[in-house]
Amino acid sequence: MLWPRLGKRLFGRPVTDAAPAPPDAVVQALAERLEATARARLGRSLAIREVDAGSCNGCELEVNAMAGVLYDMERFGLRIVASPRHADVLLVTGPVTRNMREALERTRACTPEPCWIVAAGDCAVDGGVFKGSYGVDSGVASVLPVDLVIPGCPPTPLALLEGLLSLLEAQDAPKPRATPAA
Amino acid sequence: MSGAASDLIRRGAPQGCRPFERYLLTQSAFAGLRDALAQEPTLALLSLWAEPSAIHAVFLDEGAERPALLLASCLASDQKYPALSPVRPGAVRFERAIRDLWGLSAEGGVDLRPWLDHGRWPVQAPLSAKPSRDPVPPLQPEFLPIEGEGWHQIPVGPVHAGVIEPGHFRFTVQGETVVRLEQLLGYTHKGTLSLMVGKSPRAAARFAARLSGDTTVAHALAFALAAETATGTQPPPRAVLLRATMLELERIANHLNDWGFICNDAAFAYPHARCGELREGVLRANAAAFGHRLMMDVVIPGGLSVDLAPGGEAPILAALAAAESEIAPLTTIYETHASLQDRVVGTGILKPDLAARFAAGGHVGRASGRGFDARCALPHAPYDAMTFATPVLTEGDVDARVRVRIAEVKESIRIVRALLAALEPGEVHQPLPQKGGEGIAVVEGFRGEIVTWMALDDGGIIRAVFPRDPSWLQWPLLEAAIEGNIVADFPLCNKSFNCSYSGVDL
Ligand code: SF4
Repeated sequence: MLWPRLGKRLFGRPVTDAAPAPPDAVVQALAERLEATARARLGRSLAIREVDAGSCNGCELEVNAMAGVLYDMERFGLRIVASPRHADVLLVTGPVTRNMREALERTRACTPEPCWIVAAGDCAVDGGVFKGSYGVDSGVASVLPVDLVIPGCPPTPLALLEGLLSLLEAQDAPKPRATPAA
Repeated sequence: MSGAASDLIRRGAPQGCRPFERYLLTQSAFAGLRDALAQEPTLALLSLWAEPSAIHAVFLDEGAERPALLLASCLASDQKYPALSPVRPGAVRFERAIRDLWGLSAEGGVDLRPWLDHGRWPVQAPLSAKPSRDPVPPLQPEFLPIEGEGWHQIPVGPVHAGVIEPGHFRFTVQGETVVRLEQLLGYTHKGTLSLMVGKSPRAAARFAARLSGDTTVAHALAFALAAETATGTQPPPRAVLLRATMLELERIANHLNDWGFICNDAAFAYPHARCGELREGVLRANAAAFGHRLMMDVVIPGGLSVDLAPGGEAPILAALAAAESEIAPLTTIYETHASLQDRVVGTGILKPDLAARFAAGGHVGRASGRGFDARCALPHAPYDAMTFATPVLTEGDVDARVRVRIAEVKESIRIVRALLAALEPGEVHQPLPQKGGEGIAVVEGFRGEIVTWMALDDGGIIRAVFPRDPSWLQWPLLEAAIEGNIVADFPLCNKSFNCSYSGVDL
């Protein structure tokens, strides 16, 4: 039952959706950030560790969907890894609950340099609807320096994929012209 | 229904909760519940929570011909109340959480260690009348003592290896066999209850929708029904049908997801890929029909925030047809691969008597002989006018929990088609009047029954609320189900339960 179905799939068209194009402005901003922080560049592939810093689990559903067959993030060299020690990117969701803050900081401490930090979801951006509660900090940026935010409640798999692809593009982007001092 | 405990509760003073009455008992009567409950094992404890000076319990009479809820309360004196955990093991985590959130302690409770409070908040007992702001050092978790020889421990989490929610699992292992699992949760505690209190139901609905994102519709619906019952509001018929449609779509999407993930945890990738695709089809249909892939914030008190998009039935029916045609071949593949069956059959057995003692709902209960389904036992509209089958198995293993899910997906597909066929044009929202009242609602989400209680003050503002996720009574059973299994089978067992962290961490 399985083999004939696998065989059929082998000769059929892939079910995977077409690749999204990351927005130029985001790529450019990331490239500038890369330059400004004089970080070593990573290659054409990124190992991603997802850290749930107290989400409602909606964001996790969409991250998992992005790893599924239709979005298939691995075709771009984006891979979810099991340990922060293997990661180039920390993809953080949730408002950062006070009970998760130390775990997030320790996860960052375990991640080798260079490391991108992505705040995914409205909660991770600034605490979202939970902002102001005694139980949460106000988003990832209140704990760690954030390189990229992907808003949405939850962000769609496509939005997540676009965000992660801009990280890849930024590595390749030509060196940005010197930006006027801020 | 009658029995020692239910009679005792009904002798208390009625408080006007709808549709099931809440009785206020004196402390001594409440303390007497402990003996009475021991004599009435069919009175199951579903929920236990507090207000600054009182505690409330919800019971379900499982022995009665027509199941009904019975609520009992008692005032705390000296920040104490009589514990129920000596006779109802499901009360343990509630009592620990009540101590952390409201600062009330369970006298005679079997476990008084902190639960949600890890010593990281700027306040203690944040929901009590006078929260304390004295700084405390972070608490070192205390685990149960281990005796015997040749054991070691494996601490896992809060950051897990997969893309899942955070929590800590402490495995005590002899050789490869787990002799004890102890969970420590609370990492996703966001103080949600404190954000809901003092707001109107309409304003607080967005927190109900974010208690647990995967079951957002079910939580939002239980919350809305509680508010509507409290204020005597009748949502329009079209909204009633569409809400149930969404509830079933959520069930279908989650069950497909879990089925795939369970196979994946046994390193069998094909069903995972296929189920993921089918589930994605449902989510895209949700987005086309209701404007959001998870249908977040669509169910609100009084009805719906948006109507079904014009032509929105078509994508839903197409996604269901795709899922339906794949279920049979996928089931055959699931059943005929020894490498997969070897992992799921006989793994993580939850014995029926334990499931009954904890009143476990959802696929966890129904795979272990407890047939309770709120859609049949305590139906709200439109389920009161529908008939459908509830699958019940008694094996209690990972396989049984998968089979219950598969059977439920098939029924849900049928239900959605019937609901959409019955749909008539009309309004989808009826504003709530600004008035006081108290209500309780039970909604069968994909994990099991959600029990939400709400009390509104005279201005229609939430005085107190407690949404009880089904995982409260399922998490402790996972500790029992993994015992005697090998460590490598934990992901399978865990996924077959798929309890919510955020839903119980509040
Ligand atoms: S952004 Fe939305 S979906 Fe993500 S964790 Fe926050 S509330 Fe949940």
